[in-house]
Amino acid sequence: MLKDIAFGQYYPVSSFLHRADPRMKLLSLVAFIVAIFLASNFYGIGLCILGFALALAASRVPVRKVFRSVKGILFLLVFTAIIQLFFYKGETVLFSWWKIVVTKEALFYTLFLILRLVLLVTVASLLTFTTTPVSLTDGLESLLYPLKLIRFPVHELALIMSIALRFIPTLIEETERIMNAQKARGAEFERGSLFSRAKAVIPVLIPLLISAFRRAEELGDAMDARCYAGSKVRTKYKKISFGWRDLVIFLVMAGLIAGVVLVKQLPGMVF
Amino acid sequence: MRIEVKHLSYTYHSSAPFSAYALQDINLTIEEGEFFGIIGHTGSGKSTFVQHLNALIKLPTAEKKFKPKKVRKGQPAPVYPSIRIGTYDLGDKKTDFKELRSKVGIVFQYPEYQLFAETVALDVAFGLRNFSKTPLSQEETEEKVKEAIEAVGLDYHAVKDASPFDLSGGQKRRVAIAGVIVTKPEILILDEPAAGLDPLGKREIMELLHRLHASWCKTVIIVSHDMDEISENCTRAAVFSASRLKFCMPPSELFLHAEELETLGLDIPVTAKIQRELQKLGVEVHSDFTNEDFVRRVLERVGGTSC
Amino acid sequence: MKAVNFENVAFSYREEDEFSLKNVSFSVEEGEFVAVLGHNGSGKSTLARLTNGLLHLTGGKITVFGTDVSDEKNLFEIRKKVGIVFQNPDNQTVASIVEDDIAFGPENIGVAREEIARRVDWALDAVGMTEYKQRMVSSLSGGQKQRVAIAGVLALKPQIMILDESTAMLDPKGRREIMDVVKKLNREEGMTILLITHFMEEALAADRAIVMNRGEIVMRGTPEEIFERHEELETYNLALPRIGVLCEMLKKGGMPVRYVLTPEELAKEIAACASK
Repeated sequence: MLKDIAFGQYYPVSSFLHRADPRMKLLSLVAFIVAIFLASNFYGIGLCILGFALALAASRVPVRKVFRSVKGILFLLVFTAIIQLFFYKGETVLFSWWKIVVTKEALFYTLFLILRLVLLVTVASLLTFTTTPVSLTDGLESLLYPLKLIRFPVHELALIMSIALRFIPTLIEETERIMNAQKARGAEFERGSLFSRAKAVIPVLIPLLISAFRRAEELGDAMDARCYAGSKVRTKYKKISFGWRDLVIFLVMAGLIAGVVLVKQLPGMVF
Repeated sequence: MRIEVKHLSYTYHSSAPFSAYALQDINLTIEEGEFFGIIGHTGSGKSTFVQHLNALIKLPTAEKKFKPKKVRKGQPAPVYPSIRIGTYDLGDKKTDFKELRSKVGIVFQYPEYQLFAETVALDVAFGLRNFSKTPLSQEETEEKVKEAIEAVGLDYHAVKDASPFDLSGGQKRRVAIAGVIVTKPEILILDEPAAGLDPLGKREIMELLHRLHASWCKTVIIVSHDMDEISENCTRAAVFSASRLKFCMPPSELFLHAEELETLGLDIPVTAKIQRELQKLGVEVHSDFTNEDFVRRVLERVGGTSC
Repeated sequence: MKAVNFENVAFSYREEDEFSLKNVSFSVEEGEFVAVLGHNGSGKSTLARLTNGLLHLTGGKITVFGTDVSDEKNLFEIRKKVGIVFQNPDNQTVASIVEDDIAFGPENIGVAREEIARRVDWALDAVGMTEYKQRMVSSLSGGQKQRVAIAGVLALKPQIMILDESTAMLDPKGRREIMDVVKKLNREEGMTILLITHFMEEALAADRAIVMNRGEIVMRGTPEEIFERHEELETYNLALPRIGVLCEMLKKGGMPVRYVLTPEELAKEIAACASK
């Protein structure tokens, strides 16, 4: 079901991570991604996993919810795994049949890659689980503030993002509704060639687009009616401020990056 | 076609434990020829129920990967939900579900939002093309589309080449209904067919449904919040609340349970409210809650011109 | 003082089009509750969008507390005074979380942070949604979403609230919730209400009603006066509520009931006949 897409869903509890400054969380996400890519061996990835486990514990989001976001990239995972497993050049042959050769190196590399991808997705989803869309965009707006000097529409960008996040559940629901309606009229989405499947999408896509335009228009009116006039006189309801939690996060992230760089020196398999 | 539902339960695959059941042990039979009403709040399970009727949600035993549970000695055999519609067994993997869907038409809420084709005629023909097992000739298609468009009370020649998006709201809804009845379903299910329409539009849609019931679809099932609509139109009505079936009976009996309905947060028809007030004032009137019967009974009780 | 005043207002969407409003004049006093009735497409929804300058009138004059709407300079001030709740509960909320959405209006007009917090709490309380403050908007029912929309408008502290078919997409329960909130706002806060609807029952709560047909005002009066002229109403594609139909049928059957609008009143009428 489409509803299983977990990305962009806020999980409303109060936790250490929930209360942290969204700017710090955004920066930490960037730092985390850097760390994941800096890691070149299993020690490094191990440290990243440790860091992720800490964040997870500090978020009070159920583990199952976080890992559900992996479902969305399952296809990508399997696809990469197969490619890497068979085509990565290694030396120690573990298994061979006909033209298919699997080596020890390929196996480890595949495992490494999967860990990397899963970490990327789960860490990113942890951000949306612990940060409301508004504070996320407030954080982004604040971080991108310097761009305002070159007249980059930072506020508008942030608002667009926040509205997009707000409408994700609505549009998912609507897609399901339209799909059901067309299925009841005999449309089939799971069967047939790639071409006929692509064609089957049209009766869903057109109503969806039309409704999205209608929604956009109505939302525009509603925003105008509520005195929206850009960022000139605008104030903010939620204050974002740097606190002790953010200092802790900063130190942990600094530690993680330093650690990942240090363990690069350790002997063992390098990817 | 008769609808026979037994032991229907359904759970969401949701991690939230409190919303686990969407339906719990529903047993319900709808006879051929009924004008049946389904009542319930959002989240009462009524939509999930309706989606089962044309296999938009399949029964567990009809799923490809279904394997019957092994029964240990001394334990009762597991009870699987079953739905039979006419000769179709919805719990059987081998059932032709596509054919079933052409026999059980569903018009969803605000059906005008599912229109997509360039012209009205093409949109109405969509279901026809999908369901026909052999390609239909141009003439045949045109004939059937024409019949369906006229059946919903629109002028075929005036609208067939128009874009569905240029029509008025009421017309769009009729086109959407035509797109469902074009396959001549024996059972027609409509979710809130009058939602968002003004009083006149509402009345027209209900009249249309009665016309279709008389001439086109043997059984009509409407999902509605409007108790006045139910009491005026339906032969029987089922009330869903918190995933269970609470009542299933003719409106004339159902609305005698006014207090229970109100504790479920549901309304009662105006006629039932007046009868209740009259009772408080010491005037007993019992009707089947339709306008005609109510007025006749009141006049009988009170005496028409005499007062 | 006149909260809203329409003087010979005309409007068409495009120049070459037929007028969708013709020669519309009416006014709403401060603190008054006025219902605008009309079938779909009668032009009644255009009124709301004209009143706060979302649409620009083609002719005539509209003033809000004496301020001319057609002057672009006044728009911001007017929108602060006139709040509109629209039809579709899904298309009015900007933020994902209830409190963030309610804060959107006050943020736009530059209200200070502490005051926004006070207004959010007050508005939530006024619509009875305090316990939903931190919830996701998408998890609410239609009626609850509309109550959030009302709160979002209230947080701007408007003097007039226009409900533009705000109950049309709701179930009876949601409709009752909204009407209860609206009546309370009118009674307790003295809010001026302009209720645009095709549900005749809802018009009952109003002090006065006007009926629109083909872009013109065709009837004016108290809701009772308007329902009395039910035959005329039918010609404007408006149907009596079921209770009106019953009164009509009883009358035809020879029972001299007055036109009444609630089950309680009709029961009394019938009982009075019975006791004679």
